[in-house]
This record gives sequence, structure tokens and C-alpha cells, in this order.
Amino acid sequence: MAEAHPVGFQWVMEAKKRGAKVIHVDPRFTRTSALADLHVPIRAGADIAFVGGLINYVLTTGKFFREYVINYTNAATVLTGDFADTEDLDGVFSGLDREYRLYDMETWRYQGEEVRPAVGQRSPEETRARPTREQLRQIRAAGRGERHGSGGAACHPSPDTDETLQNPCCVFQVLKRHYARYTPEMVAEVTGIPEATFQKVCELITENSGRDRTTAFVYSVGWTHHTIGAQNIRSASILQALLGNIGRPGGGVMALRGHASIQGSTDIPTLFDLLPGYLPMPHVYGNEDLSTYVAAETVQKGFWANTSDYMVSLLKAYWGDAATKDNDFCYGYLPRLTGSHSTFDTVLAQLDGVCTGYLLLGQNPAVGSANARMQRLGLANLDWLVVRDFSLTESATWWRNGPEIETGEMRTEDLKTEVFFLPAAAQTEKDGSFTNTQRLLQWHHTAVEPAGDARSDLWFTYHLGLRIRQKLAAAATEETAERDRPVLDLTWDYPVNGRLEEPDAQAVLAEINGWNSKGEPLSSYTQLKDDGSTTCGCWIYCGVYAGGVNQAARRVPGGQQNWIANEWGWAWPANRRVLYNRASADPAGRPWSERKALVWWDAENNRWTGHDVPDFIADRPPDYTPPDGATGVAAITGMDPFIMQNDGKAWLFAPAGMVDGPLPTHYEPQESPFANLLYGQQHNPVRQIISRPQNLYQPSGNEPGSDVFPYVVTTVRLTEHHTAGGMSRFLPYLAELQPAFFCEVSPELAAERGLEHAGWATIVTARSAIEARVMVTERIRPLRVAGRVVHQVGLPWHWGLNGLTTGDAANELTHLSLDPNVHIQEDKAFACDIRPGRRPRGPALRDLVRDYQQRAGITPQTGTQP
Amino acid sequence: MTQVENGQPDRAPGREGRGGRRRRRDDALMVPDAEFTSYYGRPVIKEPAWGVPDVPGYLFLGGLAGASSVLAAGAQVSGYGELARVAKVGALGAISLSAVALVHDLGRPERFVNMLRVFKPSSPMSVGSWLLAAYGPVAGAAAVSDLTGILPAAGTAATLGAGLLGPGIATYTAALICDTAVPGWHEAHREMPYLFAGSASCAAAGLGLLTLPPAAARPARTLATLAAPAELVAKRLLLRRLGDIAEPYETGRPGRLLRAAELLTVGGLAGAVLGRRNRAVSALAGASLLAASALTRFGVFEAGLATARDPKYTIIPQRRRRDRRGMN
Amino acid sequence: MSVSTSRGAPFASGPADGGLDPAARSGYADHPPRVGFFTDTSVCIGCKACEVACKEWNAVPEDGLELTGMSYDNTVGLGASTWRHVAFIEQPVVAAASTPAPAAAEGVRWLMASDVCKHCTESACLDVCPTGALFRTEFGTVVVQDDVCNGCGYCVGACPFGVIARREEDGQAHKCTLCYDRLGAGMEPACAKACPTESIQFGPLDELRERAALRVADLRAGGQAQAQLYLDDPDDGIGGGGAFFLLLDEPEVYGLPPDPVVTTRDLPNIWKHVGLAAAGLAATGIALGLGRRSG
Repeated sequence: MAEAHPVGFQWVMEAKKRGAKVIHVDPRFTRTSALADLHVPIRAGADIAFVGGLINYVLTTGKFFREYVINYTNAATVLTGDFADTEDLDGVFSGLDREYRLYDMETWRYQGEEVRPAVGQRSPEETRARPTREQLRQIRAAGRGERHGSGGAACHPSPDTDETLQNPCCVFQVLKRHYARYTPEMVAEVTGIPEATFQKVCELITENSGRDRTTAFVYSVGWTHHTIGAQNIRSASILQALLGNIGRPGGGVMALRGHASIQGSTDIPTLFDLLPGYLPMPHVYGNEDLSTYVAAETVQKGFWANTSDYMVSLLKAYWGDAATKDNDFCYGYLPRLTGSHSTFDTVLAQLDGVCTGYLLLGQNPAVGSANARMQRLGLANLDWLVVRDFSLTESATWWRNGPEIETGEMRTEDLKTEVFFLPAAAQTEKDGSFTNTQRLLQWHHTAVEPAGDARSDLWFTYHLGLRIRQKLAAAATEETAERDRPVLDLTWDYPVNGRLEEPDAQAVLAEINGWNSKGEPLSSYTQLKDDGSTTCGCWIYCGVYAGGVNQAARRVPGGQQNWIANEWGWAWPANRRVLYNRASADPAGRPWSERKALVWWDAENNRWTGHDVPDFIADRPPDYTPPDGATGVAAITGMDPFIMQNDGKAWLFAPAGMVDGPLPTHYEPQESPFANLLYGQQHNPVRQIISRPQNLYQPSGNEPGSDVFPYVVTTVRLTEHHTAGGMSRFLPYLAELQPAFFCEVSPELAAERGLEHAGWATIVTARSAIEARVMVTERIRPLRVAGRVVHQVGLPWHWGLNGLTTGDAANELTHLSLDPNVHIQEDKAFACDIRPGRRPRGPALRDLVRDYQQRAGITPQTGTQP
Repeated sequence: MTQVENGQPDRAPGREGRGGRRRRRDDALMVPDAEFTSYYGRPVIKEPAWGVPDVPGYLFLGGLAGASSVLAAGAQVSGYGELARVAKVGALGAISLSAVALVHDLGRPERFVNMLRVFKPSSPMSVGSWLLAAYGPVAGAAAVSDLTGILPAAGTAATLGAGLLGPGIATYTAALICDTAVPGWHEAHREMPYLFAGSASCAAAGLGLLTLPPAAARPARTLATLAAPAELVAKRLLLRRLGDIAEPYETGRPGRLLRAAELLTVGGLAGAVLGRRNRAVSALAGASLLAASALTRFGVFEAGLATARDPKYTIIPQRRRRDRRGMN
Repeated sequence: MSVSTSRGAPFASGPADGGLDPAARSGYADHPPRVGFFTDTSVCIGCKACEVACKEWNAVPEDGLELTGMSYDNTVGLGASTWRHVAFIEQPVVAAASTPAPAAAEGVRWLMASDVCKHCTESACLDVCPTGALFRTEFGTVVVQDDVCNGCGYCVGACPFGVIARREEDGQAHKCTLCYDRLGAGMEPACAKACPTESIQFGPLDELRERAALRVADLRAGGQAQAQLYLDDPDDGIGGGGAFFLLLDEPEVYGLPPDPVVTTRDLPNIWKHVGLAAAGLAATGIALGLGRRSG
């Protein structure tokens, strides 16, 4: 965190000053470790083994927060007897369809659903209407883990439970059994973490959790960029739920993001599978019209029960007056998913000639995306490419100085892509918001006007839209008129200011916030309706412009408010700073302890109150039980802190929502020198594979040829540079702080491979070979895994061929194998070879790579097995 | 390397070195078998920014000029007119070259006149600048008057004036280099002025011996017989004072320069005495003394730079001093 | 003509005011309290925001794009174009059996420290500057006037910490100004403002010294026996620093001199010997004049 979020890290230092202990888990000893109380060295990719070990410790020693677990998690929920765990199936769960690479979640359901239909809704038969295998694959490919059917609830709101936690089919026992083999010895063997260190972690976190103390987990890309990335996060949320740390001050599982507004880029998404506010993008199967969409996506209980309110209000924001009840509020204008349309699928579409045009807005895939070479080969197949950035990034210049020009694979004069470079305005040159890890929106104001032709993304998008609409309207024929309506009917009328005609960003914010039929700004998502009377561009952001005031621009200093500081910026939803904070009070509504009081029930005034905005129905008492037949928000009991879940509980076991298993399970990364010591199943069986000649995988574990790539390699960050380097390599003050691309290796690895400190090394994978300067340091330690020593190599991923400091890109080495829930690449754990000296130039580079491929016996099938 | 309790680290893996060879007086500068740590072997202080040959050249030329003015005054008063003239012209020539060297060494030569913005006794360079500002014209007047015969009385006054300022010119440069953080100079600050006075005198004497028949250069010879031994003794005392910091004075390139200088000084002295009836030997002796003086200044300069460059010369004596005071 | 030295009257015997008022000794009658830096390296995260903020504010040029191999330190050291320098020292740790700390049994310690000009109470660079370009401000800091300095370089060799240097591009000496322009506007220096963990603390020097004493006591009580303050003592060889530090190891580990003494302390003695040598030379001259030419 100190490396990638130095400013945020000041709060960790503040906590340390007040007595907090900081544990840092990382393959390398970084600047974070330097300030931590304990550094836990770990083999990259073995995180579930580690957290699973912590879960096992907590369960076997009984150090979980019993009252919290029984009341606020689904620990007591009983599953159907059909469920088979990894313990039964040597590493996979019941319902695995290996051929189609997906899980059928039928057997994961709560007991009682088949006898008790969704309350007040359809018959069980209708609810159970099943898609075909092919349809299910396309649904899964679009990442729709929360739905296992084409209609009905994901799980029943009131399942069978056993509060004694003894029923062998209850979640608690299933959990216990699942993690029983994650013993401290096993943790040491698989992760390389010394047993004494692991023991220390166990003691520290359990001593520091409970009524009086809470422990926070903070993670970032080191946990998400794996084929089991989403499960990594799940494992932490299970542990935290067992320790009673969710919804409590100083607790939680906090995601640090890769840049300043990635949270915002999923809230108001730039993702193919989401609409604003995490509404699912409609799929061609099961979401044919608005009513089937609503039926499929709504749950029985909780705030997702109001999906139609959110959806209709969104459609009104998009299409305004054109959206009416008669035309489904223009729902039909929305594109439909037919599978995965992630950035990587887009690259494949480029290679296949299907995608012929591309806009890169502040994105540098030629350096920043996994398998950079494949990215550039895709770019080379486009008819046109638009790059908007501050400087000429590698994605703008690959056609004249990219690695393929050097190797001779491409010749500039033969390339057909027409490349446009448009200068972009920096964040100091435009109004807008950042949404950070804490879901906090902070407004930023223009400090200076952009120079020359540089323009903001808002300006570009808005004015591009104006011109496209003009052209479409002018060229309209009978046939095209209907086709173009979705673009022409859009509300596209923001006010513009100044010489540059810059669209008013606050007007956009106001639209995101929404208004009622009288045009008055809304203040809460509970005001949203599905009758077309409300407009709201993003339901979770509703309230950010309450009263016509830009709440995100508030800057009341910390010294003038309480410690929650809810007058600085605005957090979604409803300015709640800690989500699910109902869980900070016991079932009776009293704080678990004075020390950790956050929100509590004020019986006198019949409301929830506290330091934070309560994340609960304001006037619902703790002892509230819903009447029979209650649905939606009315069905939430007074003791259901997890108001977005259908059963109101934190899910230790996830009956739906995760396409690769209800419980996190240790699988080896796509490429690993080790066989899975825990199960016969080596990899995540439903991980997304991209089988292309440009994306060959290496053999792993005991497969022949795996020893050709014996070292674990992980990509890392440095404080001095930023992501793919477009914002740092071109600046002298940053370039001089880290002026060369380097790899970090231990003295032992350096000795083994003849590497010299400050000399050169070549790192090779099945995709490519790169060169880096060598940093020999004791901060990377060899680990003992599976009875032998394993070395790890750390590669900063910031470098590319342009700028004041240049170097090969680490992403030349990475492969495309994705987490199936979120289509994220695995670049945090793979395998390589490393050798002294600089890499070959020209065609000899590809020869070297081919030589490695041959020695490892790599074929197009290698590593592709489920 | 000692292990420290409580998980504290061993001494940092910086450069480690050994110092100390001779056992001498107990002194912070005596460091038998010292270990030390540094930051990647980087220097602690900065090497002076002064350029070679500008500044060591100036040390030589300035010394030659100042001592020549003294010699000129003495020679004039005692009736050695040719020697006086040689010395005066030599002084003017040397101080003119000095001015060029000094201005050239400035980072902003066009701002040389800023040297006279203030007068700061705490800055040897300020004192020196004012000395030079006074001495230069006076030495010039003395030489010009002698060469042209114009205003002889003023010329004599100027000669005496230059003779009064001369010792300052010849010795303040010792303060200049010793009033720094450079260990090889600063720690020698008690002896350096005498070394410089002696070296300057030898140079002035050498100029006389080189250019004149021995009979006409008798005061020069006398000066040499007084100054050369004094210089050699001063140098010995200086090196003893420095202890282990003397290492660069005795090794490497500076060591070679200084050893050559010593030989040339001794040889020059011998030649001056033995050759007091032989023009050739006397002249050779004179050249030797001049060369020796130049080599001495260059040697001292480079030795000093070497003590700035290697962190051990700064760290070890200071560490000893600090430990001795009982800190930590 | 003005006289400006660290200690007012030349060769005064040292600060008599607890080393807190060099501005008064430089002739300021009515001046704000002395300010400076307390750099607590125990909370430095090595982010180098200080280096960048300083260069941005003061328009200091980039000065080197070479990988040094010195851990994460590619800045190397203070100089004419580096006024904040973060040092990185990696040290192996071998725990003694009796260690009570929860640290791992073996591992690494990584020291990180932001170095800066010390704005010495007795300041060698200020003392030796012949043009008066270097001067003492009303805040007690030491600043170079860019329009006066003629690049003589004397300050460079005089500084006991190797801070000030001549910049090749313009031939002049440059160093940290403690953001003199920002102080004048009531703001804190750029580096202190940018530092996210309050490793660099700015304020009145006496307050900083109090705070530092508490902090180092805290660290020692917590088992960090090597934690020490550096240049906080007005009785030390520079009269205490306007910028002082909390270190977690000996100064030389960080590239700092263990026992720096300002060269000016010896200047009276230096002038004495120069005087004696000059007198000796003058006497010799007189003696030569007393002889008479024969023939």
C-alpha cells in the first residue's frame, strides 16, 4: 500500500501511532513491509491456501465471534443433501460440466427451496425453467454468476437453519470440512510461509477481533489478478465474517484500486456486463424484455427487490421523454450480451477481423494489458484506431517502433491501421469526480484550461456524440431511421461553457443523481419509482446532488467534524461510510462494545442513529419480524444487516453469485512450477482460457517441460511510476527517481543463475522474452514449498519503449487466462526462466522464444485443460 | 560484526574499511584497525568545486608572488637591485596569472567583482580578495616603476608596500583550503601556513637563482637555506598530525607528487648551497625549487581531494571522537 | 559593506542563546521565531514526494537518469539540483533469541530517510561565502541569493554534510532555501506539505525539538535502542541544526557525518598560524634587507 497508495498509507501510519499492528503479506518485502510490524512472505498465487489456513484456525480453535456468526451470517443455513464439496470430488464441486467449463449451481442451493416456492410468485416448475447448456455457457461467459436459471430468486429468503451449527449439511459444518485440510503445516508447504510466522498471524488477528477490537483486511491487485481472484476476495470476506469484522469500524475488506477512480469505473461502468449501479447488462437469454429482465434480476428480499425502480429510472436518464411505459421505457434500445465481450474478447475479435475500429481513452494496452504482443497484433488488424492520452504512448506508436517492428514481424509500410492521436486534458484541467476505494466521491475542479488541442474525455464524448447524431439524422432513410433511434433518442443536451464549449460536468452529476417529475433533485434511492416519474443515472449515487448541492465537493476539514467525517465528499449509497453497519450493533440494536460503537437503535425516537449514516431502514426496530408473505424491503427483519442479500445474511457459503464455486478453494495458477498439493484438481476448472497461437501456455506442476520455467514471477508496482507508465515515464521528475526497468531477485537466485547486481537479465516465458536490469536484494527471499526451494522474480510493469525512461514491458511475458467471474487477467503469478545478459535483438528474439517453447514441449493444448 | 539484541540489525552493509598503520600519539586521528560503515561507499562531504590546474596553480603562483615581493623588498634594501627587479617582475607576472586563474575558476566569471561586495573575516576568500585587490596594483606599481624608471620613490614605496602585503598573500591560501570540511586540509590547519610560507619562499628564491648569477642572487640563496628546511619540517609535522588521514599524502598520485617535490626541494637546496659559485648548478637548483613548490601545491591539493572523496577519512575520526565522548 | 557570519562578531566563542537565535545574531531586530524541519525517519515510507514537490516548487532541474543499484535510491545525494534526497538502506536482521517483538524470526530492515540541508546554527557555507550571496534569513534559515553568487565554490568544500554544490548549467551554488518564498507567504515548505506520513515536520524549532525528544523516548521505550536524534543539540559541532533528524541507526549508515564540526570553530586558530607564518616570512624579509651587498 505504501508503494501504490502512499498518500492513503498515511492513515495506516496514523493507526500505527494509535497502537494498531500492521501485517504485510507479500512475496516481496516492500516499502509497506518496512513500516509493518510483521512481514509475511508468500508464494505468489497461494493466497487461498493462506486465508483458508486462517479460516481453519478460527474454526478449529473456536475463535469465531459466535453471536455475530449465528445471527448475521448464513452459518446456520442448511444446504441440500445433493451438495458435494471439494473434499468429496478431489478439488471440484458438484455440478461441474467440464466440457462446457461451467458449474450448474443447482446442488448448491439452500434446503427448502424445492418445497417452498418463491413467495407470492410463480410455481416451482416455472421458476426452475432451465437454459440449455449452450445458453448457460453464454450466460456464464457474461459473468452472470448470480443467476443459475432464467427466472426466480437465487435463493430462498427464509431457508432451513440449525442454530446449533451441528447439522452436517449446515454451512458451518460444510465450511469446517472444506477447510479442514488447510492446516498450518499444509499452509507452510503450499505457500512457503514459515509456520511460526503463520501462527503469529493467527494469534494477532484473532486477539484483535471480537466485541472490543476489529481487524481490517486491505488488498489490491495482488489478490485480484488471478484466475481465482474473485475467490481470493471471497476468502477474506468469509474470514472477516467469522471474526465479526464486517460492517464494523476498523473492520471490513477494503479494496485498494489500481488508479484513482477505478471504483467509479465500475459504479458508472466502463465494463461490458454492467449498467450503472451494478444492474446487470441485459443478456439475450432471459432478459428479452423489461418484465422478464426485472423478474430475472430481482430478488425477493432486500433492496435488489426494487430493481425495476432503479432500471426504469436509469432508462429515463438515458432516453428521457422518448422512454415511456408503452415502449418498455426504451429497454429494447439497450444492447444485449451474447457472451463475454471483455477487452480480451475484443482483442480476439480484432485478430479475427470482426472488430475493425477501436478507441483507447487513457488506456495503453500495448504495455498495460496482459500479453502485450497479442494486443498489438490486434491493433495491427484494425482499420482505424483512436488514441487519446497525454503523451504518445506505446499504443499510439506501436506501428513505427513497437517490438514487432524490431523483430521484423511487422513492417510499418505494410500496416493498414489508420491511427489518430488526440491529446487529452489532465485531471487538473477539467471538472469531474473520483470515486475511491471507500466508495467516496470527491469532486475536482478545473485549475487551468487545457493547452492547445487537449480536451477532456467529457468534451470528446459529448461533441463526438453531437456530430454522430447530426450525421445520422442527416443521412436518415426509412431503413436506418429505426436502427438509429437508440442514438437519436438519447438525452444529449448538457449545457456547455466557455471558449472550449466544455460540457458542464455538474450537469452530468445532477443527471446521475436524478430528479422527480417536477425536476427537483432526488435525495435518496428510496424515492425512485418504476412508473417513469423519476430519472436517475445511477441509483447508488442518488443523493450526491441532493438539494441541488454538489455533495461530492464538500470539504469540511476533519478537525471540524466527528471521526466518521461524513461531511467530506459523499459516499454511496446515501453517504454511508461503512457498509452493512447494522452489524456493528448486536441483534438487540446495542453496539457490541462502547469502544466500537458505530450505529445503534434509539428506542426513544424509534430510529437507528449513530456516528455513521445507518445502512438500514431508518425506523425498523431490531425485533421486527416481517409478516407472512412480505416481499422486498418489507421482508428484511430487524436483524438482517446484509440488506442486499436475499436472506439478509453474510454468505459464508455462496449458493449463487460465483461461477467457480461456493467456497474459495486453492488452485494453482495457470502456470506454476508446483502441482496442487491439496487436491488432484490443478487449476480453477472453469477459468477462462484463450486458446490462440499468440497465447500459448506453459506446462505446470508435474507436467513434462514445467521445469523449463522453474521460477515464480509476479508483476509489481513502484511508488515512482504509475500503471502503464503513460503518466510517469514521460516526466523528468518521476523518470529520474526510477530511471530503468529492473527485476528483483534474491542473492540465492542471482548466484544460481549468474546474475549480477545492476547488470542485465533476460526473462523468458512462452509468450516472449524481455530484458531488465538486475536488482539483487534480500527483500525477496527464497521460500520452501513442497519440500524444495522456490525462487520468485518481481517485475515492475510500468515500462515501455517511449518516454524519458524506457524499457521492455513486463506484460510481454504475461498470458491471457482469466478469472471467470470478472474476466481479469492473471498477471500476479506465473512462471518464467531468467538468465544473465541482454536479450537478442531482431528476429533472434522470436527464435529464443520458440526454442523455449520447443524445450518445454508446448502445444496449443498445453495448459488448456479444465 | 557483532549481533545486537532485540532483533536490531548488524552494522549496515556499507563499505567497510581498515585504517591505521603506525602507532602514534593517542589522538582521534589514530585509528588502529578501524571498521566503519558508510552509505554505499559514497563520500560524506563534497569535493571542493575548485578546478585543476586553476586553483593549485594559483596556490603556487600566489605564493610565488607574495614571497617574491618580500624577497624584492629585502633585496632592494640590501642593494641587490637585479634580484629585486627579477622578484618584482616575477611577482607581477605571477599575480597577473593568478588573477586569470581565479577568475577563470569562477562559475560565473563575469561576476568576479562581487568578491568585493562585502568584507568577511570569517571567509579566507573574502580576506584574500581584499588582499589581492590591494596587493595587485601595488606589486604592479613596484614592477612597472622598476622597469620603466618612472617615479622611483613611489616605486620604492610600492616595493615596500608589496613586501608588507606579500606575507599575507603567501600564507592566507593556507587558511583558504584549511577552512573547509576537507579532512586532509582542515586537520592540518596548524601546520599548513608554515608549509605554504616555506614553499612560497622556496619558489621565490628559486626564481632568483634560476634567472641570475649566483653572486647577484645571494639573498635568494639565503632565503632558500632558511625556507627549505622549515618547509620540510612543517611537512613532517603536518603528516604526523594527520595520522591516518595522511595516507593520500603518501600514496598514489599525490604521494608521488609530494615525494618528487621533497626530492626537488632537498636537491634544490643542496644545489643552491653547493652551486653558489656555479651558474649552471645554481640555475638548476632554482628550477628545482620552483618545480618543487609547484608540485607541493598540486600534491597537497590532490591529497586533500582524495580525503574528501573517500568517506573513511571523514567517518572514522569523527566516529572515534564521538564514541570517546560517550555518546551512544 | 556588510559583515555576515554565523556568530555575529567574528570568532565569537559560540552561541549563548541555546542555539535558537542565529537571526538575532545576524542583525535582525524584530524577527519571527526560528523555524526548521524535524525529519522523523522512523515513519518515512520512501515515497519521494518530498523530492518531487521540492523540484516542482523550486523549478530545480532533473539531474540524472542512471540506475544506481543503491537500493531504490537513484538520486544518490544532495547537490545543486537535488535539495531533498531519500536514502534507502537494506539491512539483514538476525533476531536474538530473547526478542519480544512479533517480528519474523529473520528478515530485512529497510531504513528510509529524507535528507536535506541542515540550515546550521553555525553555518560553514555562510561563513566562507566571500560575496555575501549566502545569508541568514529572518527565519534563521540559510539561503543563497542567485543574483549575487559568482560560483567561487568555496561553500562546496566547507559544508560538513556535503549539501551545497555548484550547478553545471549555470555555474552557481544552489541548495535548499527552506522554501523562503513560501515562508514569507505564511506557508510551509513544499516537502513538508507533500509528505504524507508527517515524516517531515515543519514549525518553530523549539517545538520541534520538544516533540522529537518525546518521540525518540517513545521509540526507545518500545525496544528501538538505536533510535537517536541527530543535530538536535545546540551544544554540538554546528550549534544544532535548523533541520534535525530522528535516525534508527548511526549517522554514517545514512551517509551523515557522525560528529560534524563547523570549520569556522577552528578559524581563530587558523588565522593565528597564518599570522605567525606571515610574520615569520616578513621577519625573514627584514633579515634579508639587513644584509649588505659586498662588491
